[in-house]
Amino acid sequence: MRYVEALKIAIRSILSNKMRSFLTMLGIIIGVTAVIALVSIGQGSTRSVTSQIQSMGSNLIMVNVMGRGGESSLTYDQAIVLKDSNFIAAISPVISTSVTAMYGNNSVDNTTVNGVNGDYQSIRDIQVAAGRFILPMDDEGRNKVAVLGSNVARELFGFTDPIGKTIKLNGQNFTVVGILSQKGSSIAGSDDDSIFIPLKTMFYFAKNREIRQIYIEATSPDTVEFAKNEINSKLLTIFKGDANAFRIIDQSQILSTVNSVTATLSLLLGGIAGISLLVGGIGIMNIMLVSVIERTREIGIRKALGAKKKDILLQFIIESLTLSGLGGIVGIIVGYVLSMVLGSAMNINAKPSLSTVLISFSFSVIVGLFFGVYPANKAANLNPIEALRYE
Amino acid sequence: MDNILIKIRNLTKIYKMGENEVRALDGINLDIEKGEFVSIVGQSGSGKTTLMNIIGCLDVKTSGEYFLNGIDTSKLSDNQLADLRCSEIGFVFQNFNLLQKMTALENVELPMIYKGVPTKERRQRAEMLLEMVGLKERMHHRPNELSGGQQQRVAIARALANNPHLILADEPTGNLDSKSGSEIMKIIKELNERGNTVVLITHDPNIAAQAKRIVRIKDGRILENEVVTP
Repeated sequence: MRYVEALKIAIRSILSNKMRSFLTMLGIIIGVTAVIALVSIGQGSTRSVTSQIQSMGSNLIMVNVMGRGGESSLTYDQAIVLKDSNFIAAISPVISTSVTAMYGNNSVDNTTVNGVNGDYQSIRDIQVAAGRFILPMDDEGRNKVAVLGSNVARELFGFTDPIGKTIKLNGQNFTVVGILSQKGSSIAGSDDDSIFIPLKTMFYFAKNREIRQIYIEATSPDTVEFAKNEINSKLLTIFKGDANAFRIIDQSQILSTVNSVTATLSLLLGGIAGISLLVGGIGIMNIMLVSVIERTREIGIRKALGAKKKDILLQFIIESLTLSGLGGIVGIIVGYVLSMVLGSAMNINAKPSLSTVLISFSFSVIVGLFFGVYPANKAANLNPIEALRYE
Repeated sequence: MDNILIKIRNLTKIYKMGENEVRALDGINLDIEKGEFVSIVGQSGSGKTTLMNIIGCLDVKTSGEYFLNGIDTSKLSDNQLADLRCSEIGFVFQNFNLLQKMTALENVELPMIYKGVPTKERRQRAEMLLEMVGLKERMHHRPNELSGGQQQRVAIARALANNPHLILADEPTGNLDSKSGSEIMKIIKELNERGNTVVLITHDPNIAAQAKRIVRIKDGRILENEVVTP
């Protein structure tokens, strides 16, 4: 009963000073909008990065060899024997180099050429748009064939069908046998700008047999750890116990590293936005203090007519709660729209989660309560005689 | 049943102004029976306002005793004093003290809100009281749309809202022209004739003379306690 009356009084008081009330609420509106938009965009980018990493395949293990002393790499035989394991389904050592690719008058400079074997397609889950990927027989026969990333194919051939055509990589002829599907950029780099040739062809093409990078596919996500342990112990033997000579990374490791970075970032963004909410709260307190002074006489009258301390307290707290609550609701609406707009502009799904909305709304209400208590208490403790005498 | 509404014994109020003590009230003894119409008269600084504040439970005494309708006010908390003001005392102030943002009707409803009277009952009683003071047509007007005399009538209706035993009027005609002033005094006298106890605080001997008893106060002491013979 009393709460309903206090709410009516609060709404009346807010409406009687529309401009002031709006400006007071604006602080909270901006704060809540900022919290919702920034947190949602943070969460949206985290989701998109996470799904990119997960698209690398949960069975993937990557080995990078830094070497130790004179032995800075593995030989092909040392690398390929890692496959002798119950936990490993496929393995492809990779040697990369940079070339100029030419077809007729079209050329692409500084394109990455990766020498890979036939396993690479299943390890990286590569989709072929036309033709085929590198096959084991290409590798064994040291065939001079090439598979083009979608961007490279478009730049060299335009609308011509590249399959079966001959291109020059640093002046050497290669036959195009396949085109990859467009994949988009990912955390592990884009294949769209790369060219793939057979690994053993690469030995001669680049005059390099040193294996520094190996892609491995475990038999299942559950065997990734076993596979890693096995690879680790084999490489330790090769590098004589030096664990710094190589690095074994799997997808879950990348994921957890990236997640911890983005979580920190989200927290930082939310924190900055939270500060603006706090500033909004101080605005409420400021206005409530002014309001208490302006209404000293009203408070005196109410007390003379029988209002108790808690009646006055309730009246002013509900007023500040109404201000912050209304500001919070408007902020949720504006923040929601803003996240959707920014999200679609950034091409991520930035739909605010229910918990973000609830937390920022309750935070705005708590801010209203916290900053409303002091002015309300000041009002409730006014001496009625002095308040009645106040001009 | 005890017929005494106000019983004051040896009442003292001392204000401390730094080192100095000001004895605003100095040993007041006063009994007011139910249904009486008493005016308390004194020059400014005589202590009459302090006495009114204490009778009205807005202020507390330094020493002595004050019983309102048999209740010892010295034993009450702030909240209990608020309750007492709400249900036992109706204030009529010199400057009306209406809430400017509310209509006449809402102003009259206010004491009933604090008493917890249900909305519908509250509205009916407020309408009835405004009709009684002759403002039925103007109940939805705000104070600034009413004349001084009309505002004071709203204030009287408000004072009657919770049907209190005591009507405490502090210079009720002080801000009014003589015509409105005499109208207000007429209403106050009518209230007394209907059985309300009225205590009127004034410095104006002509207004004071309209009461049935005059208490003169000077320097915080009761000077004279005179029954007016009509």
